[in-house]
Amino acid sequence: MRGPAAAAALCLAAAVALHAAIDRWPAPAVDTPGLLYVRSPEAARRAALSYRGIAADVYWIRALQHFGSERLAGPGHVKDYSLLYPLLDLATTLDPYFSIAYRFGSIFLGEPYPGGPGRPDLAIALLKKGLAAQPAKWQYMQDLGFVYYWHLHDYHAAAEAFQRASEMPGAPNWMRPLAAVTLAEGGHRNASRALWTELAKSEEPWLRDSAVLRLAQLDAMDTMEAWKRAKDQGLNLPIPNDPSGTPFVLNPATGGIIVSPQSKLYPLPGQLEPPR
Amino acid sequence: MSAIGPVAAAVFRESVRDKVFYNLVLFGVLLVGASIVIGQLTAGQDVKIIKDLGLAATSLFGLFIAIFIGINLVSKEVERRSVYPLLAKPITRPQFIAGKYAGLLLTLLVNLAVMTVALYTVLYFLARGIPAPIQGAWDAPALDPALLKAVAMIFLELSVVTAVALFFSTYSSPMLSAIFTLGVYVVGQFNAELKRFDAIVDSPAAIAVAKACYYVLPDFSRFDVKLAVVHGVPVPGAFMAASAAYAAAYVAALLFGAMVIFARRDFK
Repeated sequence: MRGPAAAAALCLAAAVALHAAIDRWPAPAVDTPGLLYVRSPEAARRAALSYRGIAADVYWIRALQHFGSERLAGPGHVKDYSLLYPLLDLATTLDPYFSIAYRFGSIFLGEPYPGGPGRPDLAIALLKKGLAAQPAKWQYMQDLGFVYYWHLHDYHAAAEAFQRASEMPGAPNWMRPLAAVTLAEGGHRNASRALWTELAKSEEPWLRDSAVLRLAQLDAMDTMEAWKRAKDQGLNLPIPNDPSGTPFVLNPATGGIIVSPQSKLYPLPGQLEPPR
Repeated sequence: MSAIGPVAAAVFRESVRDKVFYNLVLFGVLLVGASIVIGQLTAGQDVKIIKDLGLAATSLFGLFIAIFIGINLVSKEVERRSVYPLLAKPITRPQFIAGKYAGLLLTLLVNLAVMTVALYTVLYFLARGIPAPIQGAWDAPALDPALLKAVAMIFLELSVVTAVALFFSTYSSPMLSAIFTLGVYVVGQFNAELKRFDAIVDSPAAIAVAKACYYVLPDFSRFDVKLAVVHGVPVPGAFMAASAAYAAAYVAALLFGAMVIFARRDFK
């Protein structure tokens, strides 16, 4: 028996050595599009039998990886988030109470290109699906308000969503004043700052991080305006850093400064449109 | 009744001898491994995913044990001819069937109990150190006692699957029994669809057959409360009691059926 055991160990060692050797010649990289084998959420729900919870988790992890890999892909790669909504749709059909998939998913979907797909319409569709599953979930209604406010600049729809959220059981006290502020100061940066400041107090770390990023973007906009005003008055100011620490860059078209594509804050709302 | 105990104990001992409980090691490794990796892959959903994974693995491992041991309970004894000396002892054929079923149920119960303890242990370590405000935002606490409801329903489901496997095992080969049991399990997951068959088919005969199948075949989907429990949705006690009564009635029907078939088998 020692002979075959030694032979098995020897062959395994050879396989390991060959594996290490093969790694020196990496396979040619091919930028293949992502693939989704099951596109129908209903088919996935049936196929998952009684294991829908874990199947939803798998699709959620795939959605995170798809978003992350596209967002962080290097230059030369055309960012394509086309699988994001189908993956989120699958995850939330398999688990209709998957709160984070609706909430985080709507943030991903609304994110302007190239940081995300720039599809607030799909973000709204996802949140409405969540509200259909859990009509009393004020958080979804609040997120809906944010999508209308931040991405679509539809302040009336945003105020209405905040108002409806404030009427739902368990909604925080600041929701009702938020609706009023949104309606009165829609489009004003101060109203926007009030919205994100409230969200920055959230218990959810991911929501807090998103709100902190938005607040930093608002600060960057303030700096850009102040710099342009000073320049128009004839002052010769150095180019400052944005709140993330990356220097602004000159915008030859306007003579002002804009957030650098290397900045964590890039792009600011409306700075870029996704490819159609 | 006294003969059922020794038969059940023999089935349990055989399960131990066949290293059935090795699956517990796999379960433990899966949970601990996942709890380490999941945190890197998800956005703060570790506890939800570990609950999903733990309950799914508990159900799936139990299903494999119920089917692959259940199908051999009687047929292996017949194949090995060990059924002859057994039935020569003061034991009736119905007692033999009941003992076999009780033995496998005991194996499943021990298996489920250990998996549940492992799941709670992993959840305890996962939730430890996470600030209370963040835990307050979760749908359900990490060490939610309601998880036990899902485990209880998994046990009910497995008790029906075991009875189905045993029923087929009394007159069919292990291979066919496995196919039949798996088929009944899968069809039982879609049972609720049969009730709504009239929405897609016009034929009254087809609708009547579908309705009959709906009531006759076991409805396994009603034992699935995993998602509800993970999200903190209350599972009423009355629903649990009705499901337990349904499982008991179904198991009794299958066991009596198995006893009738086994009593008619000629071993001469």
